[in-house]
Amino acid sequence: MTELRKRGGGGGDPDTADNISDKEAESDDRLGLPGDGEGEGDVDSKTDAPDVPVSTADTDNTPECLNKALKGLPPRKRRHSGHTALQQRGRAARWKNYWIRGLLSICMISGFFLIIYMGPITLIFVVMCVQIKCFHEIITIGYRVYRSYELPWFRTLSWYFLICVNYFFYGETVADYFGALVRREVPLQFLARYHRFISFTLYLAGFCMFVLSLVKKHYRLQFYMFAWTHVTLLIVVTQSHLVIQNLFEGMIWFIVPISIVICNDIMAYLFGFFFGRTPLIKLSPKKTWEGFIGGFFPTVVFGFLLAYLLSQFQYFVCPVEFNSDTNRFMVECEPSDLFVLQEYTLPAAVQSTLRWKTVTLYPFQIHSIFLSSFASIIGPFGGFFASGFKRAFKIKDFANTIPGHGGIMDRFDCQYLMATFTHVYIGSFVRGPNPSKVLQQLLMLQPEQQLGIFHTLHSHLQERGLLPPAAVQAE
Amino acid sequence: MTEVRHRGAKDGEPPLEQQPSEDKGSDSELKAEKDAVSDNESKVDSGVPEVPVSADDTPEVLNKALSGLSSRWKNWWVRGILTLAMISFFFIIIYLGPMVLMMIVLCVQIKCFQEIITIGYSVYHSYDLPWFRTLSWYFLLCVNYFFYGETVTDYFFTLVQREEPLRILSKYHRFISFALYLTGFCMFVLSLVKKHYRLQFYMFGWTHVTLLIVVTQSHLIIHNLFEGMIWFIVPISCVICNDIMAYMFGFFFGRTPLIKLSPKKTWEGFIGGLFSTIVFGIMLSYVMAGVRYFVCPVEFNNDSNSFQVDCEPSDLFQLQDYTLPGVLESVTGWTTVRLYPFQIHSIALSSFASIVGPFGGFFASGFKRAFKIKDFANTIPGHGGIMDRFDCQYLMATFVNVYIASFIRGPNPSKVIQQLLALRPDQQLYIFHSLKAHLTEKGLLPAVEAAA
Repeated sequence: MTELRKRGGGGGDPDTADNISDKEAESDDRLGLPGDGEGEGDVDSKTDAPDVPVSTADTDNTPECLNKALKGLPPRKRRHSGHTALQQRGRAARWKNYWIRGLLSICMISGFFLIIYMGPITLIFVVMCVQIKCFHEIITIGYRVYRSYELPWFRTLSWYFLICVNYFFYGETVADYFGALVRREVPLQFLARYHRFISFTLYLAGFCMFVLSLVKKHYRLQFYMFAWTHVTLLIVVTQSHLVIQNLFEGMIWFIVPISIVICNDIMAYLFGFFFGRTPLIKLSPKKTWEGFIGGFFPTVVFGFLLAYLLSQFQYFVCPVEFNSDTNRFMVECEPSDLFVLQEYTLPAAVQSTLRWKTVTLYPFQIHSIFLSSFASIIGPFGGFFASGFKRAFKIKDFANTIPGHGGIMDRFDCQYLMATFTHVYIGSFVRGPNPSKVLQQLLMLQPEQQLGIFHTLHSHLQERGLLPPAAVQAE
Repeated sequence: MTEVRHRGAKDGEPPLEQQPSEDKGSDSELKAEKDAVSDNESKVDSGVPEVPVSADDTPEVLNKALSGLSSRWKNWWVRGILTLAMISFFFIIIYLGPMVLMMIVLCVQIKCFQEIITIGYSVYHSYDLPWFRTLSWYFLLCVNYFFYGETVTDYFFTLVQREEPLRILSKYHRFISFALYLTGFCMFVLSLVKKHYRLQFYMFGWTHVTLLIVVTQSHLIIHNLFEGMIWFIVPISCVICNDIMAYMFGFFFGRTPLIKLSPKKTWEGFIGGLFSTIVFGIMLSYVMAGVRYFVCPVEFNNDSNSFQVDCEPSDLFQLQDYTLPGVLESVTGWTTVRLYPFQIHSIALSSFASIVGPFGGFFASGFKRAFKIKDFANTIPGHGGIMDRFDCQYLMATFVNVYIASFIRGPNPSKVIQQLLALRPDQQLYIFHSLKAHLTEKGLLPAVEAAA
């Protein structure tokens, strides 16, 4: 449950909604957290001052079985007789919390492996569910902040906009990747040709409904919720579609970035737990420089090894393609140069230390170094952003979906930047445009334009020696 | 200038009221405004007390010329004169050509962005927040860089390929834009100050929504412009005509209120505006479709390093005979009528401008009502800010762009070539052979070549 201190005053007066100034933080004294609001707002809780009792609120959703299993866990350090009973109970609760978090982490990671095994369609489906849940979590926070439950239409409109934007993006993806299927079915062809117009019309209908739903005393609330919905859509939906496009590039481009971010989270947590001393940023007082740097190096190594492991399998490496004959997805291909072992000559400095002249690597492993660096250095800013957001709206977690961890959004906040970066990285450094899409566009041009392009391409290929010069007479 | 009554105590007790602009000048008008409309097409009021207009921002020359008139007539004269001034200005910049138009669109965009962000600052009292003004402008720059880069790469393809630094910038354009944006994002996170988190997040959200509305639409306008200046002029003129006609019809015949949000809009004005705008659109497109300057896509000539608008007009702009349906035949006694196909499209554009366009205006009215401001700014005397004049245009620009992409043109050939040349050789060969087969089928290539 997101704990939000209820403000007094009626819900009808739109102006009081803005009175949530941050000055109210002084009098905010919830859950026994330190009064200056700097309590545990982010999920990577490192060890802090030992006397802070752990909030028991988030064990409310722990499943019964876990509770039973962990009931017997004895409080540790009983031999330190100097500590009070409260501290002992606090410590017991804290160890219980750690166990729950650990168990759930392992559960989530196993779930991740399971859905990878089940294939691309399941992955797309899961990404969509995650997106809908994240959207729901953020919108619910908006409703709470603005107390807009009673506003007419608004919940309907938010979900309607979500459907519109998803329709737009999925339509663009489907048209790209399922080109052959679309050309076969006539209704799909019509939808694909006028896709942008249809999406725009749907969006406009929502926009007009919004304007018509403006109610006299609630204008400001309604505009806020409108903006909140749009910003949420911008963040959540666009990134989830970038994730799906990365997926179509090859499942390795989906698995490696996500695993790297997870590894960085865990490694930074562990390093901070054991060696943490210097605070990193005022926003998340439990993050430390030792955790940050300690997370960087293991993540790079982990990414390197994982890339090596996964590059060998066609299942992960090949672009996901839709086979129109069998009507299913297939991942079979000739691996591209990126996934073929190559020899690299080591620079002289490394040569003298290791006494190897060359090393055989997949080029993808070099790329994975960049991905890992991004995940460790810039990725945490996504987490800080989410911490700041939770701090700003005085919530502890986005929701309480995952016991011990918070909501789905809490787990995915660092992933969003990573997904966008991977997509931009692929677009800039790895792949060119999609050939079937280019062909599709070619066939839509005017005949004279097609002829012009034909001749340009013809001379270009001749120049590069790909076409025998005498074979085709230039017109 | 939009005024903000400063809050007294810091614990935020008094509501966030904003005083109306300097034009009003006293609190009593605030109450009058609650019933009166705060949008710009003020039709004849129904018993609402007249609001004296302060001519504080009117230039001296106008003040002197109009000093003899009563204040209401003076207001209308000011508005009328400024309207004529704006329309003449519009004609002048059309005459000056595409480059100037692009510059003007860019300036309008920057001014609209500034107006909306200023309102945000006023609403949230965030003048004292560290970094925030810098960050808002930085994000504006980033997004503009991204969009202009995409446009430039498309339309100036040959120029870009020639110059080495431009080529690199265009090849890694998305990556560079993303890196710039990320820098701004990290600066935002680092600038979060302990007691001001919520304010800062609000401003961040406000900036992004503004960018979404203002900047993307202005780039769609520029895309429309490159398609042919007629696609820029006719939509804007239709919206302006609809504004003026709806105002006139409402003034003379207005009786039934249209929407609670803007009590001065009437159904008579709405419907009268619809029909007159359609007629105006048909006539304007007839006049413009014959002129090459307006009809041809704007292209960049590499040799002369300037824009040119010279081409063979496409089918859309060639007179064609249309057979009238039976009903019209009997009425007018004509069997066929000669029209440009573009005129048929203009009917669709005008209908959109009259029917859906006003929702943009209602949205802006609701926004001003919500934040208790009379106008976005006071840039144009008698009319308000730039945003006030352009609020209906945004939906129109997006519609025209989507319309063109869906019904008129196909993909841009130079962009397709660009993509082709970026493919791998085996993919290029595959496309070459597919294209050859396709062209031979259509008979565009002599069959003897296909044998090779």
